[in-house]
Amino acid sequence: MLLIDCPYCGERPEPEFVYGGQAHIARPTHPAQVGVDEWAQYLYLRANTRGVHAERWRHTHGCGRFFNALRDTLTDRFLATYRVGERPPQPPGGWS
Amino acid sequence: MIRDPQQPSSRTPAMTPFSALSLLRQGLSGQRGWQPQWRNPAPKSAYDAVIIGGGGHGLGTAYYLAREHGLSHVAVLEKGWIGGGNTGRNTTIIRSNYLFPESAALYDHALKLWEGLSQELNYNMMFSQRGVLMLAHTVHDMQVAKRHVHANRAAGVDNEWLTPREAQAFCPPLNIGDIRYPVLGAALQRRGGTARHDAVAWGYARGADTRGVDIIENCEVTGIRLDPRGAVEAVDTTRGRIRAPRVGVVAAGHSSVILRMAGVALPLESYPLQALVSEPVKPVFPCVVMSNTIHAYISQSDKGELVIGAGTDAYTSYTQRGALHIPSHALEAICELFPMFRRLRMLRNWGGIVDVSPDRSPIIGKTPVPGLYVNCGWGTGGFKATPGSAHLFAWTIAHDEPHPINAPFTLERFRDGALIDEAAAAAVAH
Repeated sequence: MLLIDCPYCGERPEPEFVYGGQAHIARPTHPAQVGVDEWAQYLYLRANTRGVHAERWRHTHGCGRFFNALRDTLTDRFLATYRVGERPPQPPGGWS
Repeated sequence: MIRDPQQPSSRTPAMTPFSALSLLRQGLSGQRGWQPQWRNPAPKSAYDAVIIGGGGHGLGTAYYLAREHGLSHVAVLEKGWIGGGNTGRNTTIIRSNYLFPESAALYDHALKLWEGLSQELNYNMMFSQRGVLMLAHTVHDMQVAKRHVHANRAAGVDNEWLTPREAQAFCPPLNIGDIRYPVLGAALQRRGGTARHDAVAWGYARGADTRGVDIIENCEVTGIRLDPRGAVEAVDTTRGRIRAPRVGVVAAGHSSVILRMAGVALPLESYPLQALVSEPVKPVFPCVVMSNTIHAYISQSDKGELVIGAGTDAYTSYTQRGALHIPSHALEAICELFPMFRRLRMLRNWGGIVDVSPDRSPIIGKTPVPGLYVNCGWGTGGFKATPGSAHLFAWTIAHDEPHPINAPFTLERFRDGALIDEAAAAAVAH
């Protein structure tokens, strides 16, 4: 079971949270002008990263808010959590 | 079978057939005459086709390429050891009672191959059509299950509706009344059942090897090289570069990683899926039982262990493990349904990495890169499809076009919108 550091509430156990998939995927601003390839990209294609993955979580049984996290999918270790609208933190030299 | 992986063997393939007579002869001579069931060759510099992934689907693909399409200069590249991924990590359930005609045709193709596989491969798959019982606990469950029964029967796939009493008669340990979600009925596919998962990998490996296929273990693919026209030319591996005009990727949870080497993005996400087994007990459980609503899968292996399937973890991961609350939840459901198992101890718990597609249906076909083929997206339910998947993928690679059964399962369906949406219809919670 993961221990997740909600940016609003602090560390809480995983069952309090809902996973929200890959983070930083923007809906096309002008949907009517977007072709099928871009729609497929937006709806279905995912990075499925093997390594440091930016992802959304929601603290459903707590503050109820969405936030983002960086997690290493090879170890499940959380590297950072940050609020929606913030950029993913980047330490000098990158995550190792 | 124990072999030294550093000692390549390149004897001419010569399969010793298994029979009552050969068992008797070996028994009388102290079991000292058995030969390794497949060679351990060093990779050659070029093949007619390379299959990436030495699980059941990949080994079966090589077997059918050699047996049905005359393509024997084939290599199977496996990062670890054959059958060590999801082929050895699943709960061995086989069924074909999917809702949509495309899916029912695909999984029933596999089920028909299962029915003759032990004889065909001369390898005991321990295939047991003991029946798969899928429980309904709510009015909505009953409606969905009955819709499945009717759809399956219309498609020529056996499935029948049982009342709670009939379900209990079929599976006596089942507690139908005294639980939070009483059993209101069940759908039964009598042709469904289980098979020995390791034997599937070994049987296909032996069959492929005998027909000249090189099975190369401890060989991780690190890159895919394209020629100036953009077609597949070679794969780079930890054991050197291997040229091949045709490359089939059957890498389950790592399919995204491999395809990205050729610049192809897949609509997949990889999740841990957990399973566990109990201590072995005498034969007490006659069939396979699945519950969608309270989420449990259970059967008993011939060794006596209860084999229990849990759900996927919430998040994408490549760790081959998951959180304890996931199997705990499955065990709570098992103990409700089968009170006699409450004092059993669990022996082992593990995870496999499953590649889940947006519509929960597989992708079997060509990619935008000429000569590169993909068979992935089997998600939480690939084992049951192993022979069918391998058979159709071999056809696709040999003909450079999909077989009619896998033609709907293209990568392009996510662009064109022709989804085969078993996400709600696969009859299990995802």
